[in-house]
Amino acid sequence: MEIFTGIRDLVLQGLPRGNTLVLHILYSLLRVACGFLLAVVTAVPLGIILGWSKSLRETVAPVVELFRPIPPLAWIPIAILWFGIGLKSAAFIIFLGCFFPILLSTISGVLSVERILVDAARTLGADDRDVFVKVLIPGATPSIYTGLRIGLGIGWMTLVAAEFTGVKSGYGLGYMIMTARDIQRPDLVVAGMAVIGLTGFLLDVLIRFFENRSLAWRK
Amino acid sequence: MSLDVQKLHKEFSGDDPQNGSTVALQDISFSAAKGSFISFIGPSGCGKTTMLRILSGLETATSGTVSINGVAVSSQWKYAGYVFQEYALFPWRTVIDNIAFGLDVRGVSRKERKERAMEFVEKFGLAGFEDKYPAALSGGMQQRVAIARTLINDPEIVLMDEPFGALDSQTRSLMQQFLLDVWQQSDKTVLFITHNIDEAVYLSQTVYGISSRPGTIGLTVPIDMPYPRDVTSDAFNNYRREILNFLDSQHRRT
Repeated sequence: MEIFTGIRDLVLQGLPRGNTLVLHILYSLLRVACGFLLAVVTAVPLGIILGWSKSLRETVAPVVELFRPIPPLAWIPIAILWFGIGLKSAAFIIFLGCFFPILLSTISGVLSVERILVDAARTLGADDRDVFVKVLIPGATPSIYTGLRIGLGIGWMTLVAAEFTGVKSGYGLGYMIMTARDIQRPDLVVAGMAVIGLTGFLLDVLIRFFENRSLAWRK
Repeated sequence: MSLDVQKLHKEFSGDDPQNGSTVALQDISFSAAKGSFISFIGPSGCGKTTMLRILSGLETATSGTVSINGVAVSSQWKYAGYVFQEYALFPWRTVIDNIAFGLDVRGVSRKERKERAMEFVEKFGLAGFEDKYPAALSGGMQQRVAIARTLINDPEIVLMDEPFGALDSQTRSLMQQFLLDVWQQSDKTVLFITHNIDEAVYLSQTVYGISSRPGTIGLTVPIDMPYPRDVTSDAFNNYRREILNFLDSQHRRT
């Protein structure tokens, strides 16, 4: 019950006063969107190339595996050093959270494309570019979607931590929860957590909607 | 357009250096006149598929020449279409988009692609299924899509690697009849791999028996019977016996 009154207070009055819940959500979404999209446009093409070329994969894999275990949060000091406090560093932290799951599932998606489909495309006159665009990418798409869902989930989870430190605008769900903690309002903390959970769920529904639309052939 | 294959030789260098390399094909020589139907029959692992992959350009021969109309061609030649036993349809493309794949990579406009692919849809008895995905089709229909997808490119030579091997016997004989019809209405040269003796005798003008390890042509049987062939005739049986004897001798050897 207190959670609902908490959410009501957040919507109507805001925390700090004036900074309402909708604005917190929008700022957080903006940060996640930046980090997530940056991860998509880098991890998907890289994943397809690494899935395609065994030698490149074997060269790059150790580097990837070296960076992958580092928690995104451990990057916060570096992020602030590089990008200062603000959108860029928050987006960077979220980017790190999204990047690896998308990369790894894209690679495994390309590897899962049956070799014979590439052969078939070749005998039908496809060049390297055709094989990439018309065989590897569509073939890897189911796996890429799985990566997008995991990536976005992790990105959203990373968000709160990123906003604990990397925010100066006074907006963001993580920032809001920290403020609630500082003024000792556990109801608002829990209300903030509920909003994060719900928003993350809605984001996943959104991705699944696109997934089902573009993967109609799987049924 | 005639095809001439001379002393085709293929070695695979194994991963194990102690084993040395494996000779998959040795001294494969044959020629095919324009519009002929030739089958290759032999035990599993005799290198039939390797030979077809070399002819399609998917693999290169260690040595030997392949000539078209008397002119030697490099391994990556574009005269051949390939039909796989596993159909190898693109599961994310509808029937019509699968058939039009070759036109797509050649940059043919969407409208023309659709028109030309639709002709094949009609001719191959796929009308009503053009917007379905391959997973919704029976094996026989999938293989018809695959054959249409190959023929729309108008290849001079059609390489078929056990195309009906995964079909039940009823569908299989329907598809054999269907293939004969398509072939007789065209001027395509068909190289057909099978390990079904009846299929080889029923379809081909010449049957080559391939012996195993190393794969080499051990038997040449010109089938001198008019189409359509009576599978219960004495002549048909004699051809079957001849090929069967050859295959038995191969099995005993291994």
